[in-house]
Amino acid sequence: MNSGYLLVILLLYLGLLFFIAQWAERKGSSKWTNNPYVYSLSLAVYCTTWTYYGSIGVAANSGLNFIPIYLGPVIAFPAWILILRKIIRISRVNKISSIADFISLRYGNSRFLGALVTIISLIAILPYVGLQLKAISETFHIVTNSPESTNVFLDTSTYVALVLALFASFYGTRYVDASEKRKGIVTAVAMESVLKLFFFIILGLYVTFFVFDGFESIYEKASLMERFQEKNTINGLEGGMNWMMLIILSFFSIFLLPRQFHMSIVENNREKHIRTAIWLFPLYLLLFNVFVYPIAWGGNILFEGKNVNPDMFSLLIPQLFDNTFMTVLVFLGGFSAAISMIVVSSITLSTMLSNNLLIPYGILGSLQKDNQENNSERIVKIRRIGIFLMIILAFIYYRYFIMDFSLVSVGMISFVIVAQLGPAFFGAVFWKRGSQKGAVSGIIVGMLICFYTIMLPFLLSSINPDSKFFIEGFFGYTILQPFQLFGLDYLDPIPHALFWSLLFNILVYMIVSVSFKANYRERNYAEMFVDIDKYINNHENAFVWKGTAYVSDIQKVLKRFLGEERTNRALSIFKMKYNIAPDYLMADARLVKFAENLLTGHIGTASAKILIESVTKEDKISLPEVLKILEESKENLIINKKLTETSNELKELSSQLKKANQSLLLKDKQKDEFLDTVTHELRTPITAIRAASEILHDDDEIPEELKKQFLQNIITESDRLNRLIDKILDLEKFETGKQKIYPTQGNIVQTISKSLSPLQQLISNKNIHVEFDENQPAVLFDYDEERIIQVITNLVSNAIKFTNEKSGIIIITIAEKEEDLKVNVFNNGKGVNPEDLVSIFDKFYQSNNQNIKKPIGSGLGLAICKQIIEAHKGKIWAENVQNGVTFSFTLPKKI
Amino acid sequence: MKKILLVDDEPNIIMSLEYTFKKQNFEVFIARDGQEALDILKTEQPDVIILDIMMPNVDGYATIESIKKNEKLTHCKVIFLSAKNKESDIEKGMQLGADAYMTKPFSIKKLVDQVNELLVSSD
Repeated sequence: MNSGYLLVILLLYLGLLFFIAQWAERKGSSKWTNNPYVYSLSLAVYCTTWTYYGSIGVAANSGLNFIPIYLGPVIAFPAWILILRKIIRISRVNKISSIADFISLRYGNSRFLGALVTIISLIAILPYVGLQLKAISETFHIVTNSPESTNVFLDTSTYVALVLALFASFYGTRYVDASEKRKGIVTAVAMESVLKLFFFIILGLYVTFFVFDGFESIYEKASLMERFQEKNTINGLEGGMNWMMLIILSFFSIFLLPRQFHMSIVENNREKHIRTAIWLFPLYLLLFNVFVYPIAWGGNILFEGKNVNPDMFSLLIPQLFDNTFMTVLVFLGGFSAAISMIVVSSITLSTMLSNNLLIPYGILGSLQKDNQENNSERIVKIRRIGIFLMIILAFIYYRYFIMDFSLVSVGMISFVIVAQLGPAFFGAVFWKRGSQKGAVSGIIVGMLICFYTIMLPFLLSSINPDSKFFIEGFFGYTILQPFQLFGLDYLDPIPHALFWSLLFNILVYMIVSVSFKANYRERNYAEMFVDIDKYINNHENAFVWKGTAYVSDIQKVLKRFLGEERTNRALSIFKMKYNIAPDYLMADARLVKFAENLLTGHIGTASAKILIESVTKEDKISLPEVLKILEESKENLIINKKLTETSNELKELSSQLKKANQSLLLKDKQKDEFLDTVTHELRTPITAIRAASEILHDDDEIPEELKKQFLQNIITESDRLNRLIDKILDLEKFETGKQKIYPTQGNIVQTISKSLSPLQQLISNKNIHVEFDENQPAVLFDYDEERIIQVITNLVSNAIKFTNEKSGIIIITIAEKEEDLKVNVFNNGKGVNPEDLVSIFDKFYQSNNQNIKKPIGSGLGLAICKQIIEAHKGKIWAENVQNGVTFSFTLPKKI
Repeated sequence: MKKILLVDDEPNIIMSLEYTFKKQNFEVFIARDGQEALDILKTEQPDVIILDIMMPNVDGYATIESIKKNEKLTHCKVIFLSAKNKESDIEKGMQLGADAYMTKPFSIKKLVDQVNELLVSSD
């Protein structure tokens, strides 16, 4: 294919990615960019050209050995829920933006450790980035059938690298705060992950079903080839050991590769996205690997005896069949895999380079004096140049150093180097005793062994492949043979290097950590990292710091990096969170930590600490004191919680008291009103009696008939008086619990009839209609008949009072249920004032405007009814219905 | 012959009052609540009204207010006769324009004296 055309296609493709990144950046938090699938797919930045081309090379040369690199992450995933969530939380609260920040902060915010991690990452990743550029370049030349030009400036791949470098440096530095999310990059990477998988699967289907007749056909033909059997077994225990080491290697890499740390932790928006990732990402890897084997062995069959690089089978197979379209698709897939890796890696590396190396060791002093705008600009500029240089450096590295290495070998070396961060990294999260000295010495020892067992030999072999060094070892000590250190001769170079370097790394890390005391700051962060869940909501509280600091000084420092507005906003949020008076002058540990956090995203943890230290005066604290403070802060958290609970209880109690008081006041008022009514009610018959008696006493001429009438009045009124007194006493007895009910079996239909008969006179006087079916079937259960008669009489006489003469209708019905029985007394009089529906059953209740209107009855009847029904464990209530009002009560069949 | 209007919802009390004032040679009108009293007052202008306060429909307070608005009844003496015996009740009754306030239970003799006294003073 003409290289001009391909270049155009490439530019279009890059343009599309620009567009996607731009779009996602604008969409910000829309559900298209902020969802678990984008997150999971962005993790597939793990699959680089190594996967795309290299795996096929490995499968073609040595069978199954491409698998362990994917098994490690798959095995790691169940543990993700546990480990990753913890790391995400730690990183979120501390505003961590890279693995260098993470490790250095944990070990006492150590500037040196941050720089060390940065350097190691650079050593590991730069060649790896170079490897991607190499893949782009090589595949470009294969697709276009053009030779690689020895003149860098005439080689098209140079310009591809330049464009990439520009893209990454522009997009990777949109925010000064490195802990900000980069939606554009993440979405573009996720998109590329989809494309590279899609194109790879299309290729797989093409090779398996169009070039060959399915999996079986490939297998049949391949199994006839030389050394097929040997290549496709694990090769016994020794092979198994190799496998295990490779699995460990990739297990570490999925956490430790700076780009994986960046994608899975810094770019994580929601913890719950992990839940999708733990199934989607392994599935992704599985899909990617399904066709590796058929393509590799298909290539072996097709190119048997020809001298071609099996890494390039993916392109060579479609090309062999003159399928240009398929060739370009595969090329674009590989290109996607490469640029994702290059862009993300260069962004993270340049952040580390600026925040953990250049700023803390170089320009911090000058930043300290400048204003926010200049500082932000400078930081961004440093990063931008960093990214650009990184990619160019990687390009140079590829052009002049690694031209001849296979994709996988360079990648593997990267992995082994990065794995040296493993002990310090995992120790950071799970082991409180791990110390800065331990971490530094472990990493350095591991790196030295790495250098000796793998980097040095590889460099040497490219210069002088026949060097005696490989056979005789260092200075002729065979025990120091680089590939068989201490006589370990059955591991391949990579697993071998990993084994020894990790072993010594871990041992040194642990031994040094337990042998020397950690300083208080390390111990403090150890606590905050390992027990992150305890401090997640107020981690500033867990930070131990004693000394003198002025808020205004800290504010000044913050303004230099955050600007006036953001600083003030952040501080007011802080004061609100901890309930601090807005005008306080002295800063405490919480503000110191808070300020460090604010700066961390801009200039890294170590520089943040240095800056804050420069304006505060810290007192020395001993380790035991730190432990004591931490213990206290834990207790404080518990006490705080208890206090909050108690205060809530008190609030509850006081509101209950208020309510009780209000209801008492109301009761008191009702009681006064009741007394008024009762005395009025008592006085009325007495008045009548007194008047009649006086007439009888003073008047001798009174006619006999009239005399009799007056005497009769006296008798009636006396009875009335007596009944009233009975009612009051009745109520009093019920209320104080002295009145018992005596349930015996009765028939409620009969009881209602009994209640109605004494009222017949009243009913016919008022000429109203009372409806009750006396012939309905008997309902038998236990209740105090005398009392229930009292209730029904009361309800019906009330109903009679409230209905109008002649047009009045009263309907009594019974509704039987499984558990209880309901009696309804309806009348078509005017309804009850809705406000009074409940209170009419209160004993002191009189209608609100009773002051001026004569109450009907003593105001005791319904209160007594309620007492009686409640003594039966039933309920009584009133409700306004259409055309009238219904009083109902229930009686449980079993008391 | 002097006219008297008795307003009370208690029939037994009315009965005693009716007997008493008839014997005192009054022409007696009877109302069982304020409404009935006001109906009677449309046609009659009694010299004295004995007025209960707590009654259904229209109570004693509303009744006296209507009476006081009626120019034809300016000469008419009103005596409250109520079981409401608190200071504040009596004060309120007098403020509304009653000529006397007697609490229940009451002495018939004193009530008759009171009525006569009011009638003498008005003559």
